[in-house]
Amino acid sequence: MKRKIYLDNAATTSVDKDVTEAMLPYFSGTFGNPNSLHFFGREAAKAVTAARDNIAAMLGCKPTEIYFTSGGTEADNWAIKGIYNANKDKGNHIITSKIEHKAVIASCKRLEKDGAKITYLDVDKYGIVDLEQLKKSITEGTLLVSVMTANNEVGSLQPIKEIAQICAERKVLFHTDAVQAIGTVDINVKRDNIDMLSLSAHKFYGPKGIGALYIKNGIKNDRYISGGSQERGMRGGTTNVPLIVGMNVAMEKAIRDMDINNKKLSYLRDMLIKRIESEIPDAFLNGHRERRLANNANFSFKYIEGESLILMLDMQGIAVSSGSACTSGSLESSHVLSAMNVPAEITQSATRFSFGKDSNEQDIDYIIENLKNNVTTLRAMSPLFAQQKGEPINV
Amino acid sequence: MYNDKVMENFKNPQNVGEIENPDGVGRVGNASCGDIMEIYLKIDDDIITDAKFKTFGCAAAIASSSMATQLIKGKSIDEAIKITNKQVIEELEGLPPKKIHCSVLAEEAIKLAIENYKSKKASNI
Ligand code: FES
Repeated sequence: MKRKIYLDNAATTSVDKDVTEAMLPYFSGTFGNPNSLHFFGREAAKAVTAARDNIAAMLGCKPTEIYFTSGGTEADNWAIKGIYNANKDKGNHIITSKIEHKAVIASCKRLEKDGAKITYLDVDKYGIVDLEQLKKSITEGTLLVSVMTANNEVGSLQPIKEIAQICAERKVLFHTDAVQAIGTVDINVKRDNIDMLSLSAHKFYGPKGIGALYIKNGIKNDRYISGGSQERGMRGGTTNVPLIVGMNVAMEKAIRDMDINNKKLSYLRDMLIKRIESEIPDAFLNGHRERRLANNANFSFKYIEGESLILMLDMQGIAVSSGSACTSGSLESSHVLSAMNVPAEITQSATRFSFGKDSNEQDIDYIIENLKNNVTTLRAMSPLFAQQKGEPINV
Repeated sequence: MYNDKVMENFKNPQNVGEIENPDGVGRVGNASCGDIMEIYLKIDDDIITDAKFKTFGCAAAIASSSMATQLIKGKSIDEAIKITNKQVIEELEGLPPKKIHCSVLAEEAIKLAIENYKSKKASNI
């Protein structure tokens, strides 16, 4: 059988077996609507309450501060648009960064049309936001600062504790998109002074279609989806019992095993980084060497283009992705890499390897072997490579 | 995303490489995606006897280069200069809409290479 290696855990993870099992009874057996008075509803409500309590405890907040959503994108949309709409009378300025997930950037762009003023903070060449610029950008009218905990493309970890501190001092709300970070980064919203946080279950071996937004009590946010009384009247829509149960089990395992997993993931990540750097010439690591997610390695291979490389790896059974142009089907190159000022000629080949709990050392041998061959083949085909070797082009 | 014909030309591209002392060379780039294609021609008596390419680009660009060089081999320069990206796409049995421009690179590179040949020839007289 052809070997299959999944190295795209930053895109989504498989659902853990325990998670699937925990969810199953809530599809057909305990299927009641938690809002119903009867037995079926009460049983389902119990499960949701237990999940909410547990998730809140893991995040370091109160159960009344957890709002279940359809995922990270909804949570981000709510955090940004909700705060703006509920607090327009106090100001119209939001600060975010140039490397946020599209859910945050697109929400901000949308608000610009309504008259919001948005500051997009710069990042350094490692993809880490500039704290001095943040301090200078906060004004009287600043409602919110939204900076992700960890970047999804290059894995750079943001100084969210420092950012939260600055926001607390200046009395500005702080939201963080922690979608990539839960289960990898130790977060406690009370300890870390976080006002709002987005998370998504399918990044930590939970199901797709479920996430949460933590909103600290006392913050004025808009009712996000008009409807029934679910989520304390803030987000209508029948409570997604099985997925909430699944998310809770997934998060519990992810947080319980975080240290062990991180140790293994960072070992594999560092091994891959070391081998690529020593065995493939002109390969460049994108992002910070230490301040990066345990499971993320992102490389550019000079003189070649990413889509071709990714398709070749795919034919060899290796699933990776890129943050760059052609692969995503759009021509614009990665906003993250361009914010980091990565030279255009190498953003094209940026390739993200994101390890998961099933990854192992043998995978790395296989990846390196194929990667080397592919890079050599594509370079032999590349006019940029020939030029670099000093061969004249007679045009 | 790509059909079998495109993938076949991507997996086993024909005519990869350069020609020593080519009679015509065309190099084109696409500003929006940053991709680059070069086509080298060997021409005898206004007939293209050999064609090779080098491409820094996506799979569609590589497949287009492979197909375009196959199409022009053996053709006269007058025939070859008329080849359009539509023909390349037809031979590839289609490209995704966002990848049409990749085939345009092939058309342009061929035209440039032939013009390059013509101007060299003119200056030799
Ligand atoms: S040649 Fe640029 S995307 Fe295909």
